[in-house]
Amino acid sequence: MEAPVTDTNRTESTHDVDLDKVRSEILSKYPTKVARKRAKQILVKPGGAGTDIPEIGANVRTVPGILTQRGCCYAGCKGVILGPTRDVINIVHGPIGCGFYAWLTRRNQTRPASDDSPNYMPYCFSTDMQDENIVFGGEKKLKQAIQEAYDIFHPQTISVFSTCPVGLIGDDIHSVCREMKETLGINIFGFSCEGYKGVSQSAGHHIANNGIFQHVVGLDDTIRGGEFRINLLGEYNIGGDAFEIERILDECGISLISTFSGNSTMEQFANSHTADLNVVMCHRSITYMAEMMEKKYGMPWIKINFIGARATAQSLRKIAQYFEDDSLTARVEEVIAREMPAVNEAMEANRPLCEGKLAMLFVGGSRAHHYQELFSELGMKTMAAGYEFAHRDDYEGRQVLSSIKVDADSRNIEELSVEQDPDKYRLRKTEEELTSTGQIYREYDGLIADMKPNTFVIDDISQYETEKLIEAIKPDVFCAGIKEKYIIQKSGVPMKQLHSYDYGGPYAGFKGAINFYREIARMTNSKVWSYVKAPWEKEPELTATYAAA
Amino acid sequence: MLLRHTPTEITDRKALMINPAKTCQPIGAMYASLGIHGCMPHSHGSQGCCAYHRSTLTRHYKEPVVAATSSFTEGSSVFGGQSNMLQAIDNIFTVYEPDIISVHTTCLSETIGDDLTQIVKKAYDDGKVPEGKHVIYAPTPSYVGSHVTGFSNMCKGIVSGFAEKTGEQKNQMNIIPGFVEPSDMAEVKRLATEMGVKTVLFPDTSGVLNGPQTGRYHMFPKGGTTVEELKSTGDSMGTLALGSFASSLAAKFLDTKFKVPCRVLPLPIGLVATDRYIDTLRKFAGVTVPDSLTFERGQLVDVMTDMQQYLYGKKVALFGDPDQLIALTEFLVTLDMVPVHIVTGTPGKEFESTIADLTRDSPVPVNIKSHGDMFQLHQWIKNEPVDLLMGNTYGKYIARDEDIPFVRHGFPILDRVGHSYFPTVGYRGGLRLLEQILSALLDRKDRDSSEESFELVM
Repeated sequence: MEAPVTDTNRTESTHDVDLDKVRSEILSKYPTKVARKRAKQILVKPGGAGTDIPEIGANVRTVPGILTQRGCCYAGCKGVILGPTRDVINIVHGPIGCGFYAWLTRRNQTRPASDDSPNYMPYCFSTDMQDENIVFGGEKKLKQAIQEAYDIFHPQTISVFSTCPVGLIGDDIHSVCREMKETLGINIFGFSCEGYKGVSQSAGHHIANNGIFQHVVGLDDTIRGGEFRINLLGEYNIGGDAFEIERILDECGISLISTFSGNSTMEQFANSHTADLNVVMCHRSITYMAEMMEKKYGMPWIKINFIGARATAQSLRKIAQYFEDDSLTARVEEVIAREMPAVNEAMEANRPLCEGKLAMLFVGGSRAHHYQELFSELGMKTMAAGYEFAHRDDYEGRQVLSSIKVDADSRNIEELSVEQDPDKYRLRKTEEELTSTGQIYREYDGLIADMKPNTFVIDDISQYETEKLIEAIKPDVFCAGIKEKYIIQKSGVPMKQLHSYDYGGPYAGFKGAINFYREIARMTNSKVWSYVKAPWEKEPELTATYAAA
Repeated sequence: MLLRHTPTEITDRKALMINPAKTCQPIGAMYASLGIHGCMPHSHGSQGCCAYHRSTLTRHYKEPVVAATSSFTEGSSVFGGQSNMLQAIDNIFTVYEPDIISVHTTCLSETIGDDLTQIVKKAYDDGKVPEGKHVIYAPTPSYVGSHVTGFSNMCKGIVSGFAEKTGEQKNQMNIIPGFVEPSDMAEVKRLATEMGVKTVLFPDTSGVLNGPQTGRYHMFPKGGTTVEELKSTGDSMGTLALGSFASSLAAKFLDTKFKVPCRVLPLPIGLVATDRYIDTLRKFAGVTVPDSLTFERGQLVDVMTDMQQYLYGKKVALFGDPDQLIALTEFLVTLDMVPVHIVTGTPGKEFESTIADLTRDSPVPVNIKSHGDMFQLHQWIKNEPVDLLMGNTYGKYIARDEDIPFVRHGFPILDRVGHSYFPTVGYRGGLRLLEQILSALLDRKDRDSSEESFELVM
C-alpha cells in the first residue's frame, strides 16, 4: 500500500528540531524594528527542572501589515461577553458591518426556559449609521432606535455598543442610554467599546466586565438554588459546553446561580452576587468580574478548568473542597466514578490512533492552554502554543501581575474603583478559613508552566510565523480559528478550529472529552490526506525530488 | 420559533435596522482585490474589520482569505493613520512579497479623513514600494451603501490604478463580472471564449477562491487578473459591465478617461438575461454565436418546458444584493413564477423602479424595498405567505420558522458548498438554479403529500 504523501514528508525526528534556530530564521525575515519587537513575543521554553518562567511580550500593539489573527475591542465586548445573553437587545451603534459580522457567528448556544421566554440572539440590531449620521451625529438616531426596539419587543434590558466612528464623532451613548432608561423605565446602558481601543479583543472584555458589574450585578437579592451555590465565570457555551457543565454540576448537587455568559440571562447576572463562590474558566476575559465581586460582595474565586476529563474531575473536587461538606465531596466522587468508565473507554479506543502525535494551539486568550489537557490525555504533545490577546499573567501566572506595566495603548481602558458594598457585602470565608480548605485562591499559573521544555510559546502569531512553524515542526494537528483553517489545511495539515469547534462539540466536561478524543482521532487518521497527490504526481517524481533535496 | 419575537403587525421603523440584508463596503473591496493576481488586500482601519471580513469570506468560500490591516490604535485614530499604513506597506512587501497591495478604508479612517492618495504617494516617495511593485487604493466608507458599493469602488480603484492607453486598440473586450461567485466569473469568461471573443475579465476570483488542495499552500494562487491585463484595459474595444450596482462605476471610468465605450447589462442570470449578454457581446465584438451556445440555451428552455407545471404561479420571496435580485426576478417571471416580496439592504431607488418594471404584470401586489431588512421581509411573508424563499444563509431562520422551501443564493452562504464551484450565470447556471428551485419545491411536495398521493414519477 502506498504511504500517504503527507506522512512521508514528515521529518522523522521532529522532536529534535532546533527551535532556537527556527526562531532566529523566523526573525531574520522581518525588518529590524519588527524583529526586535517580535523577539520578545516568541520564546522557546527552556529545558531542565527548576528553570524560571521566562518573560514574554504580550498585550502590546499589533505590528501593522503583519497578518495578525486579532480582532478588536468591539468584538471582545459585544461578540464575546454580551453576545451569549439571550434576554437583552444588543443594539450596535455604527455602520452595518460590526452588527452583521457578530450576528450568529459565535456558536453561543442558549436554551430559553420556555417557548415564549425572551431570546433575541437570532436577531441583529443596528443603527446602520449613514454618512449624514457621521456628519451631524448619531445620537438622535440611536435614541429613536432604542424607542423602536422597545415598542416592538418590550425587552427588560437594552444595551448599546459603540463602534469605531462613534467615539470620533463624539456621540455620547451613555447620556442617551440614561435618558431612555428614565423614559422607558427598563434597564438601558451602553459600552464604549470602539474598535480602536486597546490593542485587541481584550480591551472589550474589560469594558464589558465593567459595564455588567456597574449596571446589572447586584440588582436582585433573591436567594435561589440549594446549599452549594456558585457562578461559572468565563464559559460561553460554544457548541453546548456550558450545557454539559450544567449537567455535571447538577448531578453533583451544585447550584449554578449564573454563568458569565454562556446560556445566560440578565436576570442571572443581576442575582450573581448572592452565590458563594466564583469559579473562573477563561481567566483572560472575566477575572475582572471575579475580582470586583470579591471586593464588593466578599465572594472568593478559584481558577478551574472543565476542558479535559482529568481537569474536570479535579475542578469538581476543588469546588467541593471549598464548601468543606462531606456529602458534597461524596457526591462529587460518585459522579466522577460514574462518568469516568465511558471516558476511559473512549480514551483507550482513541489513544493508540493519536499517541505521539504533535499539536499546536494558537487560540484567543485561554483555550491554547486548556486544550493541552485533552491532547495529553490522548498522548499527544503540544509543540507550540500561544494566544492572540492574552496578557503576561495568562502566560506567566498571576504572580507577575504587579510587574506588568500598562502601556500607552491600553491606558485609557477604565479600571473601576470598587468598594465593599455597605449592605450586600458578606465575607464568605476569612483568609484563615480559605487557607484551611487546603487550596489556593485567586491564583492561575499560566500557560508557560504547563508547556514541556523545548516548545514554542508565541504571542500574537503572524501568518508568516504560522507557515514557518508548520514547515519546521510538521504538526499532526494545528488548532486556531476560521481565518487560519484553510490556509493550514492547504498545507496538508489537519486543522481543528478551537473557537467554533468546526460546528461540533461540546468538548467540555466528560462527554465533551469523549467527543474531542473521537474528533482528533478522526482528523489525524482520515484517509483524505492520502489522496492529496494524484497518482501521476506521486510516481516517479517523488523519488527524484527527494534525491535532489 | 427561532424568530419568535417578529410580530405580524408591521410598524414603521426609521432608525433601527433589524437583520440586515447587506453588510459594509470593505468586504466587497477585499473580495474585488482578491481577483487580482499576486495581490494582498489591505484594510486601512482598526484590525477588527479585517478579521471580520476575512472570516466572513472564509466561511463563505471554505478557502484561505488573506488580507493585511493597518491595526489602528487609539493614538492613530486621533492623529491619523499615515505611519501605520507606511509601516504596513513596508512589512507586507518585506515579509509576504505580493506584487500589489490593494488598500481599502473603513469607517474609522474615513471619519478621521486619512488621505489615501497622499499616503500612497509618500510610500512611493519614501521607497517603501519595491521596483516593479504596486500600491492601488479605493476609499470604502462603511457608512455609505453596502458591500456591493465597496466592490464597485474597488473595481474603479483597480482600473484607475492600472489602466493605460497606448493609442493602439487591442482586439479585446473588458468584462466586469460583478459581485458574483468565482464559478460565475469563470462561466462569464467561458461564454465569451466560446464565442471567440478575447476578454480581460476583472476582477477574477476563479482559481483564487475555489482553488485545489495540493498539500502546499500558496498565498498568491495562480488565478486573478494580471497587471499586464489590467493595464491593457484602456486599449480595449469596449467594456461590458455586468450588474449596474457593482460594475458600472469602473466601466464608466474607463469610458470617461480612456474613451473605452461601455455597456451596462444586468447579471446574466436566467434565460433572457443570458440571451442579452450573448447578443450584446455578439454585436459589440462582431462575432456569430456558435451552435454550442444555442444548444445550451435549448437545454435550458427544454427543462423550463418540461417542468412548467411545478413552477407556474408559485410565489417567491427574495432578498440579497440588488444586481442578483434584478436578474433573479426577471428569471422567475420568465418561469411564470411570481416574486412577491423583494428586499435588498443596499440603498438605491433605481432598484425599486427596475423591479417594479419587471413585475408590472404580476397577478398580485408586489412588495419591493431597497435599503430594507430581513425583519421586514419576514413580516411581509407572515402577512402574505410564499411557496419559496431565496437568499443567503440567514434566510434559513425564516425558512424554518415559516416552513418555506429555501434556495440558498447570494452572499454569504455559510452552511453549504457548491456556490463557488457551480455557476448560476449563463444557460448552464440557469439550469443549476432551476434544478435547485425544482428540488426544493418537489422535496416539499414529497414531504407533504399523503401516502396515497405520494408519486414515484414527477
